Amino acid sequence: MKTLRFREALREAMIEEMERDDRVFLMGEEVGHYNGAYKVSEGMLDRFGEKRVIDTPIAEGGFAGIGVGAAIVGLRPIVEFMTWNFSAIAFDQILNGAAKVRQMSGGQLTCPIVFRGPNASARQVGSQHSHAMEHFYATVPGLKVVAPAFPADAKGLLKTAIRDDNPVLVMESETLYSIKGDVPEELDTIPLGVAKVVREGGDCTVVAYSRMTHVAIEAADDLAKRGVRVEVVDLRSLRPLDEETILASVHKTHRCVVVHEGWPYGGVGAEIADRVQRLAFDDLDAPVLRVSTLDVPMPYNAKLEQLVMPQPGRVVAAVERLLARGRS
Amino acid sequence: MVRCASLGMNDVGTTRHLTQLYRQMLLIRRLEEEAARAYATGKIGGFLHLYIGQEAVAVGACAALKRDDYVVTTYRDHGIAIAKGMSARALMAELYGKATGCSRGLGGSMHLFDNEHHMLGGHAIVGGHIPLAAGVAFASKYRGDGRVTLCFFGDGAVSIQGFHEGVSLAALWKLPIVFICENNEYSMGTPLSRTVSVEDISLKATGYGIAHDRFFATDVLEVEKHLGAAIERARSQSLPSLVEVRTYRFRGHSMSDPGKYRTAQELDEHKKKDPLVIGREKLAAETDQAALEALEADVEREVADAIKYAEESPEPDASILEATTYEGPFAY
Repeated sequence: MKTLRFREALREAMIEEMERDDRVFLMGEEVGHYNGAYKVSEGMLDRFGEKRVIDTPIAEGGFAGIGVGAAIVGLRPIVEFMTWNFSAIAFDQILNGAAKVRQMSGGQLTCPIVFRGPNASARQVGSQHSHAMEHFYATVPGLKVVAPAFPADAKGLLKTAIRDDNPVLVMESETLYSIKGDVPEELDTIPLGVAKVVREGGDCTVVAYSRMTHVAIEAADDLAKRGVRVEVVDLRSLRPLDEETILASVHKTHRCVVVHEGWPYGGVGAEIADRVQRLAFDDLDAPVLRVSTLDVPMPYNAKLEQLVMPQPGRVVAAVERLLARGRS
Repeated sequence: MVRCASLGMNDVGTTRHLTQLYRQMLLIRRLEEEAARAYATGKIGGFLHLYIGQEAVAVGACAALKRDDYVVTTYRDHGIAIAKGMSARALMAELYGKATGCSRGLGGSMHLFDNEHHMLGGHAIVGGHIPLAAGVAFASKYRGDGRVTLCFFGDGAVSIQGFHEGVSLAALWKLPIVFICENNEYSMGTPLSRTVSVEDISLKATGYGIAHDRFFATDVLEVEKHLGAAIERARSQSLPSLVEVRTYRFRGHSMSDPGKYRTAQELDEHKKKDPLVIGREKLAAETDQAALEALEADVEREVADAIKYAEESPEPDASILEATTYEGPFAY
């Protein structure tokens, strides 16, 4: 076992896969000479050279499309978005290219591409740089979406994503890049679509992913002081979604709260709430609740930003609301 | 049947070569005329964007390619598909939405794909395929496989982001690609004068520092010659070019467009320069009438066979849907 920061785990995954397969290359803004806007790709240019670690101009639509084109003829690009916010410029390439080319070619072509970068809020970066973009993408058949919370998962899922023959979108987090975690020395791939129970408990299930898993754990710690035992399910993958692990936990706890960044209208939380009520109706003692970003664009003001983002306190309140209902 | 994409360049300048190019243009023209008929009777659905009038562009361009070179185009893709080697049967069956179509009935008119002949679509978001095509050329350069990519688009695509980002990156990274703007004077129903500030579209190349060319596509051999130079530049020097080919579509933007934005007189003027008629006249001067008529009868047989094949082919069943989408679970 070794200790790695989140960004180092991602880097190890890319380095190992690029050493394993010369069809894999990395492209994005400042991934090479600048060593990565968030230093995820630090040192990779020196290791692999300009052919395989490619600095792009600020042209997300262009280089995302180049990635899709290269993928359909057999290369395996890793396209880094400086943040997923900027993928809005490349949305057409992901939605109409990466996700469609296999079906509209009658299965003749595949698109083995990885898009990755930091997602959702950072710190006071304002409304245009704080989007939780996974909700837009997880709805699209043809795309896979993963959102790890810990370094080991980041490494294992990214390696799997690179080897996948389908487009995989990896949602990272600027505020997670520096966290440390244990990573097995011989960690290989981690299958997509397998959630992990990161805290066991019998009173309420809290489903989360990416940075919100840490918020859920903080809430669970707080509730534990009052004798409430929360089970935290870290999804790791959003599509494929590990429905079984969620349902098994709800079967045990009879209550479910979903925590995610992004707005309350639709999205991953709504999908999970639908599946739980539909597939575990008889297990439930209370409605499924969601703790999300409030339904407004992200404000700059630090206090208002904290108010709008999901906080441990709001998770605690949601769990308590369900418990109060269950006991009445 | 010998198709353009499999032609040896040795034939260039011979009657046999012109015969093959004329046959390609005629086949495209006749297939589309029949497709329009089938569309009118409801056998073909959705959108149908005809290439009639522009055939010399696809045929001349593909004649200058090697077999392993790639083409990527727009939703007005029938002509390029045939010119790159797709069979008439696979094309017509796709228009009919049949399982035997090139894209197994899942793509339709706008999404013709033929991986065997390196025809990579058939893309229906204006300009969106231009970066994708640059990516195909990027892969050729990465691998050093010596292939060239042709990327076709209309004059309506040069105002959108995809065109500029795709050309800009191809120029920056010196990718082996030829960007071919098929300028048919109308961006759907809006004339050039109301869509571009500079009517000479090829001049956009100067901003990106790449070679450019501009000519009228009335003579298929001229198209082949001009594009051959750009293809050679891509192949031997790995340099992209922007080539504006002036052309004209005789039909509306799609089947639902009656074309009221242009006069009958304008259309008639252009029909006098029909590349198919000009090709035929040129060929008639070099070959005997009986041989020409035999060729045309052969094309009619091929078209009739394609229609029969499309009519009689089975439709795809639902089992195809998930298998062609991705290797993943589906929501329900």
